[in-house]
Amino acid sequence: MAHGPATLSDGLGKYISRWVFTTNHKDIGTLYLWFSFAMFILGGAFAMVIRAELFQPGMQLIKPEFFNQMTTMHGLVMVFGAIMPAFVGLANWLIPMMIGAPDMALPRMNNLSFWILPFAFSILVSTLFMEGGGPNFGWTFYAPLSTTYAPDTVNYFIFGVHIMGASSIMGSINIIATVMNMRAPGMTYMKMPLFVWTWVITAFLLVAVMPVLAGAVTMMLMDINFGTSFFDAAGGGDPVLFQHVFWFFGHPEVYIIILPAFGVVSQIIPTFSRKPLFGYSSMVYATAAIAFLSFVVWAHHMFTVGMPIAGELYFMYATMLIAVPTGVKVFNWITTMYKGSLTFETPMLFSIAFVILFTFGGFTGMMLSIAAADMQYHDTYFVVAHFHYVMVAGAVFSGTAAVYYWLPKWCGKMYDETMGKVQFWIAFIGFNIAFMPQHFLGLAGMPRRYADYGLQFADWNMVSSIGAFMYGGAQILFLYNVIRTIGWGKPTDDPKVWEGAEGLEWTVPTPAPYHTFATPPEVK
Amino acid sequence: MSTEGTYYVPEQSKLPIFAATGMGVMAYGAASWVLEGGSATIFLIGSLIMAAVLYKWWSIVIDENMRGLASPQLKQSYVLGMLWFIFSEVMFFACFFGALFYVRVLVSSWIGGEAAVGWFDDTPTDASAANAQYLYPGYENVWPPMITPDQAVNGDAAQFKGPDEAMNNPGILNWGSWLPFWNTVVLLTSSFTVHVAHVALKDGNRKKFNTWLGITVALGIFFLFLQAEEYIHAYQELGLTLESGIYGTTFFMLTGFHGMHVTLGTAMLLIQWLRGLKGHFSHDDQFGFEAASWYWHFVDVVWVGLFIFVYILT
Repeated sequence: MAHGPATLSDGLGKYISRWVFTTNHKDIGTLYLWFSFAMFILGGAFAMVIRAELFQPGMQLIKPEFFNQMTTMHGLVMVFGAIMPAFVGLANWLIPMMIGAPDMALPRMNNLSFWILPFAFSILVSTLFMEGGGPNFGWTFYAPLSTTYAPDTVNYFIFGVHIMGASSIMGSINIIATVMNMRAPGMTYMKMPLFVWTWVITAFLLVAVMPVLAGAVTMMLMDINFGTSFFDAAGGGDPVLFQHVFWFFGHPEVYIIILPAFGVVSQIIPTFSRKPLFGYSSMVYATAAIAFLSFVVWAHHMFTVGMPIAGELYFMYATMLIAVPTGVKVFNWITTMYKGSLTFETPMLFSIAFVILFTFGGFTGMMLSIAAADMQYHDTYFVVAHFHYVMVAGAVFSGTAAVYYWLPKWCGKMYDETMGKVQFWIAFIGFNIAFMPQHFLGLAGMPRRYADYGLQFADWNMVSSIGAFMYGGAQILFLYNVIRTIGWGKPTDDPKVWEGAEGLEWTVPTPAPYHTFATPPEVK
Repeated sequence: MSTEGTYYVPEQSKLPIFAATGMGVMAYGAASWVLEGGSATIFLIGSLIMAAVLYKWWSIVIDENMRGLASPQLKQSYVLGMLWFIFSEVMFFACFFGALFYVRVLVSSWIGGEAAVGWFDDTPTDASAANAQYLYPGYENVWPPMITPDQAVNGDAAQFKGPDEAMNNPGILNWGSWLPFWNTVVLLTSSFTVHVAHVALKDGNRKKFNTWLGITVALGIFFLFLQAEEYIHAYQELGLTLESGIYGTTFFMLTGFHGMHVTLGTAMLLIQWLRGLKGHFSHDDQFGFEAASWYWHFVDVVWVGLFIFVYILT
């Protein structure tokens, strides 16, 4: 194409239509990333409301009904609106560049997958302003809370999830088709960067389980409005059926969130260790093994619901098995750093924090996987602490690392290293102050999802809230850093940006041209 | 669409944003429609937008292909897209089949006060069975359940009532007068006829292609007609409805979603048939038709699963 993308100087109309009608993987990646950051701020605001209310015992700021809506919406917005689209945005930006493709395989569908999201989340968030309020049954929306006892607005939630799922499926099909079909000559599967590998496996998980989520919300819809009895024992169904269907989706879903994060870290650590990734092929096989195991462990979320003992034992041992491939990965990251020429730029700091804190979250996961012990931990703050260690210190830290790492390549400007490090340390310390005490609270018996708590939990809750505000503040700094870089960062045209960076995306000019690879690059 | 070097680089498109708008309006409209006193207007507006966009979208794709703009690589992307879409559909049905198996094998026996089948006869299972017998005394584990647990306790005052009669398998010797069996015959035959049409097209025999694809579409419509007959029979004569407890729920949700997919598949094939009459496709380029036929084989396989697990094994 002769002309570049429209900029603001071409007129506002042209500029807007560039983004709305775009079929360019970089534009769509940018849209995804900004959308996910907006959702991150929104979901973060919900979290701030929660932590402000829990700052002291007793009801201070909001009503318990609204508290329930906040916990629910925080989970939904963060999982489906912030983390997943963030990684889809990274996939859009990076996969074509990493495999030497000109664009995604199905560019128009790519744009559709993005633009569904603003509609889906407008519908979801609008329920907060409707009569009866938004969803208040937790992000796991267990029946019968989400069916018999749900507010009328649950229907908006259901259809919002439906189109969001359609978006995810289309996005994933696109990624699979891109990786299978668009690789440059010579780019064999076992030469693909690990980020591409983890994403194609993630996309497979998404195509496999998003339809199951659609099935779950469809069953809810029918039970609520059309008199079926999937989740009602009085009609011969079973509320526990909901949990099985949901977690058959939900457990692969947590790997959908974390596998691309593994991919990001596997790109960054070798760069700043100035060594190739240790055990590349074992990383690929470990990722595939984790993905496979994720389908056969779902009921470990349901140990207390009443399962035959054979089921409890099976799901316990199968869950523990996941520690093996995950251990392989952690071992490989550490071994990559071993005897490397390490430097500690912001992306590396976030990646090292990822390895430490994710491993910590993995260990608490091992504790939770012990069926007998889980009788005590289940639905306490210990669980909240556990999954925030893997979701926030895992997925969000790696997403932040990815932005710092690739931002110079995207916009041709360098971020301010000092500001990046300041953000890292505030985020790292704030995160641990916020979530470490929640382990203690949970072990002491504080249940999750309550707007109030006993006085014995007061001190650690106050500490946790202070940490949460600190972590929230770090995100404002992150936004400032990104805007400052794009607007006023120090220009750079070094294609490599980082001394130790390897891969096709570092061979194209900086900033990356609107269309990369007009002709296939050669991969040796 | 233009090509640069050996690669295909797409131009901007207005289709996606209209499609997303259509989906958003449909979702919002559907949610407000199912509310008490809701109206279908918004949903219908969304559906119209969506239908218009899809018509336009596929017209453009067909046109690009006819003008030879689609590179072999792009065609391969369409192939992969269709295959993985069908895989996602498989998982959707797996969800409902899974629900059926879970209810039939485990839930029904638990509510009926029996221990979990064939596993350990240990305390927790017996405890949950005892709980169930406390909640729903008198409920018996039979499939299909003609009396819901609710009915076993509350009799005629129950909210969930079982059917008067089930879609029972009359025994293989009586299948000749059993509608589901003929449904199976019709659908399996259509899978065969669509294959004959495919072979004919590959041989360049367009007349034969049109004929056999036309027969396939007719069989698809005939299947839907029989299915409608069966639903009328169930509702009016058997008292078997969507609200007949878990049996009615699983029966109508599985066959209903299958029926919706047959409707979609028939529409796909019909469009391909009309395209065939207009002279589209060649002996070596026929992906639109192939995709529709893969989809058709998929709904056929789902039906075989339904026939076995919903109809025969009662």
